[in-house]
Amino acid sequence: MAKVVLTLGDDISTDHIYPGRYMATVLPAETPQYAFADYPLNKKLNSGQIPPESIIVAGENFGCGSSREQAVSALKGWELVIIARSFARIFFQNAVNLGLKVVICPTIEAEEGDQLEVTEDAVINHSKGKRFPIIPLPAARKAIIDAGGLIAYTRQRLLAERKISS
Amino acid sequence: MGMTMVEKILARASDRKQVFPGEVLEPRVDLAMSHENSALVINQFLEIFKGTGLEPKVWDPSRIAIIFDHRVPAESAKTATNQKKIRQFVRQQGIQKFHDIRGDEGGICHQVLAESGYVLPGYVVVGTDSHTTTHGALGAFAFGVGATEMASVWTLGRVLNVEVPATIKVNLRGKIPPFVGAKDVILALIGQISAQGANFKVLEFHGDTIRRLPTSGRLTLCNMAIEAGATSGIIPPDEETWRYLRTECGLTEPNIDLFPDPDATYAEVVELDVSTLTPMVAFPHAVDNVKPVEEAYGIPVDQIMIGSCTNGRLDDIEIAARILRGKKIARTVRLLVFPASYRIYHQALDKGYIKDLLEAGAVVMNPGCGPCLGVHEGVLGDGEVCLSTTNRNFKGRMGNPNAEVYLCSPAVAAASALSGVITDPRQIELPLIENNPEED
Repeated sequence: MAKVVLTLGDDISTDHIYPGRYMATVLPAETPQYAFADYPLNKKLNSGQIPPESIIVAGENFGCGSSREQAVSALKGWELVIIARSFARIFFQNAVNLGLKVVICPTIEAEEGDQLEVTEDAVINHSKGKRFPIIPLPAARKAIIDAGGLIAYTRQRLLAERKISS
Repeated sequence: MGMTMVEKILARASDRKQVFPGEVLEPRVDLAMSHENSALVINQFLEIFKGTGLEPKVWDPSRIAIIFDHRVPAESAKTATNQKKIRQFVRQQGIQKFHDIRGDEGGICHQVLAESGYVLPGYVVVGTDSHTTTHGALGAFAFGVGATEMASVWTLGRVLNVEVPATIKVNLRGKIPPFVGAKDVILALIGQISAQGANFKVLEFHGDTIRRLPTSGRLTLCNMAIEAGATSGIIPPDEETWRYLRTECGLTEPNIDLFPDPDATYAEVVELDVSTLTPMVAFPHAVDNVKPVEEAYGIPVDQIMIGSCTNGRLDDIEIAARILRGKKIARTVRLLVFPASYRIYHQALDKGYIKDLLEAGAVVMNPGCGPCLGVHEGVLGDGEVCLSTTNRNFKGRMGNPNAEVYLCSPAVAAASALSGVITDPRQIELPLIENNPEED
């Protein structure tokens, strides 16, 4: 069980999550300091007030816009969990590739401070006493997550291919 | 069973006879493009090879394109150092399609790719830039990926996790009226279907409007397909596609015959009659917050930007130059013009457009992404309003969350530069617009 630290509406873009003016910073170790740079959440993150596994709840089309991977690595760095009604495609794929925990929950309702639990097939809002079904990840995406992300997955594939060809 | 354009391209790139929406494939990549974020791609690429005992070598240096455009020339020591690292990597790996900061062959990645003939119909193109959708204008399946996914492509030459997208057929009918352009068409479409109307799907464009639309306008349409959430936009290649590839890139003959099947299955069909379309404006802070220019009339603006991968091509600069020729822009605005590439810059110089713009009071900047993403030139002040031909107006997009961005066509932008308020270009008297032999 973890606490909702931010609720957002529809169409939250990667410019909201990681403003373009910080894009010269690329390395996953350096991007988290700029997560939601223009939101009060940023100060709370950087002052250590937000524990890992804390939850952001968003509406439709979360992560729309730019393909910048910093938007994912910045959230991953704080080990946040993103529950959204739906995600934009590139952000969602980047999240799978980097191991950011994303949950598609088309009917989710929550407020800041609510205590949520993510199970195999639902998000349970304990503060509201409500249960919201989630859409499971497709098998191919699960394989990447199970491998520990796309870097590890590609490494496995690379070694397998080189073995065959040699 | 019939297939759409993208289904056909994915089948071919995956050695399959038939593919269906929702299937997951690992298609071969024909072209892999990145820009300054290559610095992150390189980092992730080296990570993949770590501990394998293998020498890090890209799968095919002839199929990788790297173009500097997001922060040119470098705005910070950090960027300059990243660009330096990328140049070293390019040399080390023998990457051939590299466009550095140069006045002869530089520019915005999406324009450079198109005009250099790097993209051909039927190609699978991936780019670490969401506007990679642009290249669907040339009949390629082109989509944006993250840096780690690109590192994986550099390693294996395939994209590992491509879900065959469903396709929305967009029928565009009618003749586009004067002072209305491809930008207005795509803004109207996004307004109609919303910023997530095509999420995880492809927009396949058809209709008599498309057949008459030059490649420049097609690039604009497909460029903004992502703003409706689309994986890609795509236009089946035709005589105009081959004309463009012949004249711009010296391609001698078509590389492929590739069209959607007549009995292809579409998730949805969207019809749009453009014959009565008016210039459109996307209001802050959402690209789908689209209204006719009449509803924006009179809104004061502080900065106007003409350019970008959406609207920085020669015909975009031409319409602006014609509207501004012999006139002066209002003292209350700054007009920044960014040609999309140096090829276009040179052409605009030769045709006198650059002189027209400068004499009117515009500042002509070096080709690149410029203020579009708020990282470099032309950042907005608190409370300022920018009217821009770019593709995004999210809060904070141009470097300041306390500023506003409206999106429009080059004609609306130029007309508004004269008055200092958002203006309908159809209200401007323009004797010079008649009888242009290059039009139609």
